[in-house]
Amino acid sequence: MIANYLATGAFYVFAAVLLASAAMVVTSRNPVYAVLFLVLAFFNAAGLFLLAGAEFLAMLLVIVYVGAVAVLFLFVVMMLDVDFAVLRSGFQRYAPVGVLVGVVLLAELGLVFGTWTTSGLAQSLRASPMPDSVTNTEALGRILYTDYVLLFQAAGLVLLVAMIGAIVLTMREKKSSRHQIIAKQIARNPADTLVLVNAGLGEGINILGIRRPLPPPGKVVHGDHGHGHDDHDAHAPEPHVHGDH
Amino acid sequence: MVGQLMNWQIALPEIVLAGCGLLVLMVGVLIKKQNSAQLCSMLVLASFLVAALLSLSAPQDVGYNGLFTLDRFAVFVKILVLIAASLAVVLSLDYNTHHGIARFEFPVLILLSTVGMMVMVSATNMMSLYLGVELSSLAIYVLAAFARNDVRSSEAGLKYFVLGALASGLLLYGMSLVYGFAGSLDFASLRAVFTTETAQLGAVVGVVFIVAGLAFKISAAPFHMWTPDVYEGAPVPVTGFMATAPKVAALAVFVRILSMPFGHLLPQWQQLIVLLSIVSMVWGSLAAIGQWNIKRLMAYSSIGHMGYALVGVATGTEAGVRGVLVYLASYIFASAGVFACIIAMRKKGHAVERIADLKGLGKTDPMLAFLLMFFMFSLAGVPPFAGFIGKLYVFLAAVQAGMWTLAIIGVLTSVISTFYYLWVLKQVYFDQSEGAFDGRAPSVSFVAGLGGLVTLSFFVFASPVVNAAEAAARALFG
Repeated sequence: MIANYLATGAFYVFAAVLLASAAMVVTSRNPVYAVLFLVLAFFNAAGLFLLAGAEFLAMLLVIVYVGAVAVLFLFVVMMLDVDFAVLRSGFQRYAPVGVLVGVVLLAELGLVFGTWTTSGLAQSLRASPMPDSVTNTEALGRILYTDYVLLFQAAGLVLLVAMIGAIVLTMREKKSSRHQIIAKQIARNPADTLVLVNAGLGEGINILGIRRPLPPPGKVVHGDHGHGHDDHDAHAPEPHVHGDH
Repeated sequence: MVGQLMNWQIALPEIVLAGCGLLVLMVGVLIKKQNSAQLCSMLVLASFLVAALLSLSAPQDVGYNGLFTLDRFAVFVKILVLIAASLAVVLSLDYNTHHGIARFEFPVLILLSTVGMMVMVSATNMMSLYLGVELSSLAIYVLAAFARNDVRSSEAGLKYFVLGALASGLLLYGMSLVYGFAGSLDFASLRAVFTTETAQLGAVVGVVFIVAGLAFKISAAPFHMWTPDVYEGAPVPVTGFMATAPKVAALAVFVRILSMPFGHLLPQWQQLIVLLSIVSMVWGSLAAIGQWNIKRLMAYSSIGHMGYALVGVATGTEAGVRGVLVYLASYIFASAGVFACIIAMRKKGHAVERIADLKGLGKTDPMLAFLLMFFMFSLAGVPPFAGFIGKLYVFLAAVQAGMWTLAIIGVLTSVISTFYYLWVLKQVYFDQSEGAFDGRAPSVSFVAGLGGLVTLSFFVFASPVVNAAEAAARALFG
């Protein structure tokens, strides 16, 4: 009894927050807030799915929509210079037409619900929507890898084609691009590139004509090397010498 | 039932072909040499041969829980698709090297697209059908944009992608409406539902959407608007591929879906197909007049040819299906041959594609001109070339089904279309040359020669083809 009340209460909370955050997605002026409200809406929709017993769909919604799609939106909103104020400038002018279209669509949907008929098979399917005694993740997994293995593999091929296509159409082998040559990296000998030097206390070392660590600003030593004194003050290059190899 | 679930060998050609595709991809990635594209093309051609042999020898049955069927119809169409894809790969050998787009991904994408078409042809469930359509289309979108430094090619890829996505949307929407009515996506169950119950309006609207989505894929008018631009912009081997293999596969899907699950809805869809057919035939023959680019001309020609093939579909009879299959068999060779001739159109190292560039070909390259004449006569339907036999069987089926108007419109539009085919030949034989073409590559000559040979001698071995087509059609109606 209490569990029932809890479930009902949770439903109303999730539904209310979902509707409120969905409204905020469309109305908030700051696009970053809009995307964050979208994430909130997704989470609440996932909660509704959980209440309905579709835990797989709930997880999918969180992983795919929150984890990937919404974060991608956030990146796009933050990185692209889109003036959202200009985009919604015609809102007042177009609102009546939009409302009219919405009302017409709603009326048509109502008509469809009034007259829609289905065959006997469809009705029997609707009567038994869920398999008994297994969670729906397990039920989906069972048919995905057995009955529908052909479709599963074909979908994999579709994704492979998408990947090949993206690489073919965008990857350019430029001379200036730095490729990772793994064989070279593995074959690299520390002795070739590292020198161990015993540096005296407070003296620093002198490699390639550059004295490190650099002298404090104001006491610039002239004559050691003929270039880039000022740069060294701003950002000193990483020292080439490592003691721990 | 256990036997039905376990006979995975019926998809062996697709499985082996997809596996070969992955292997070729690995070969292409690991062998970092200039000629890896040529090597991969050869490997892909070998894979096509293996797949064709497997298609002929694999057990014919229904399997994968009803998702996939291998019957004589599927085998016939798969062989046609594999031939068309092989011709496209051979055509790409010279063209891609010359245009600096010789990359090993090209044959791999053609192979994966072919796998998609083979799945489409065998699909006996809306889901496997849709995945096949997507796999084949997605690879072709990439292929159309393959010459990525060429603005026209990128434009072609983008246009094809956007309109193809729209077509997929239509297809899916139609499928969902049918599912909403019938509660099943399986062709056999759908057939059972439509046999016992009268289809409601919603289901019929679904069928209309499915037909519209498929009509996009075969570029039947009025869903043809993407065709001329995409044909013009895409690299020529890709255009040759698009004009043959996907059309064969999509028409086969048309035939299967309209005769199997929706066979009892014949009165509902027949008028639709008749309309598509008439509009395609008329538009294909009228709009081609006045085109100066030979690739655009071929685009309108292919729209017209889809109209003729749809005549056979519209009859809804076994003879009609036989006519469609014979028509497609005759069409792919002539079409591939014309695209071989287009690749041979190259002056001083630059590819040209104006019809006026063909002037005087009869004197400068008599052999190529002769082959081009074969192809044009075949496309126009002049006896005794292959195209005539194809049209004969299609119109025969229409007359047998009592669809006289359709047959008469077909014959009239054939006569109109003969005008522009002959106009091309007039330039070839009766105009002054404006400079000869560069020498042809052996691969191009091979495709043109093979196409010419088949087109010319089709009437000699027409009877085995017709018999095979008849057996294939019987498998569908049997």
